[in-house]
Amino acid sequence: MTVVTLNGERRELDERATVETAVRLAGAVDGRGVAVALDGEVVPRGEWSTTEIRDGQQVEVLHAVQGGA
Amino acid sequence: MREGNSFEIAGRTLESRLILGTGGFRNLQVMAEAARESGAELATVAMRRVDPSARGSLVEVLEEAGLEVLPNTAGCFTAREAVTTAKLAREALETDWVKLEVIGDDRTLLPDPAELLSAAEELVGDGFTVLPYTNDDPILARRLEDAGCAAVMPLGSPIGSGMGINNAYNLRLIVEQARVPVILDAGVGTASDAALAMEAGCDAVLLASAISRAADPPAMARAMRKAIEAGHEARLAGRIPRRLYAQASSPEEGVADLADEPQRA
Repeated sequence: MTVVTLNGERRELDERATVETAVRLAGAVDGRGVAVALDGEVVPRGEWSTTEIRDGQQVEVLHAVQGGA
Repeated sequence: MREGNSFEIAGRTLESRLILGTGGFRNLQVMAEAARESGAELATVAMRRVDPSARGSLVEVLEEAGLEVLPNTAGCFTAREAVTTAKLAREALETDWVKLEVIGDDRTLLPDPAELLSAAEELVGDGFTVLPYTNDDPILARRLEDAGCAAVMPLGSPIGSGMGINNAYNLRLIVEQARVPVILDAGVGTASDAALAMEAGCDAVLLASAISRAADPPAMARAMRKAIEAGHEARLAGRIPRRLYAQASSPEEGVADLADEPQRA
């Protein structure tokens, strides 16, 4: 079991869960318009399926919302 | 749009001198309607956590209305947060343009000059086209320009305050010295504020709240578009100087002598 913080919430993931798993779990259906930071570092889209999440890591899954001025 | 009305940021031509912030609209439909009325080509968006319950894609709605997204770093208080947010936006939205915001204070939302400059330097070095939201400080504006920013975006007054242009003198100095576009960003309350910014020589105006929180956002968007066009044209046309006393506009020659009392028989 891997325990992570996903978008501010404590979540339990399977061993060897990847960033791609986390993106789906966060509710981003197809991943379009979405970006991921793992412990504050950007994970490029091309590396989502091969980047495993380790116990205790912080995952942020972001997208564009209304904002500005 | 009239020919010759366009301007350039980082080699890219923009026909509209109004850049729309998308914050504060009641819903996406009102936003889309206002966006169309505004004539804007660019619209700012913020990066936030994915919300599975959110309905409708903001980016799709903006694209359907003919606008491109300009991600911002709203909500960032340090250079590090802003740089990471800009990189996330580049990844999510496939643009290396960023409206850089690094806020120093929750109550005023004024930019933190030291963090802002540091973030700007790092992002320019990383290949971003950086449009910094800055204090109305001519020296900071020059430092940002020297750092390689593609424009400078001084505030008129604090975000969402609707106070208009608080320091017209500083704005004038910024415009006078800048070799990159100057975009008035924040503080506009109504159409005359936007017109004043353009008359002061700004290349464009970025605004959201004045439109999104107006009683009728699409109507205010239309008013802003006209005000910005009018202000720009007035700037080009060249205003008359201010004078202390009147200057007659009718000929002073050939005035009839009607002052005397009529003669009685």
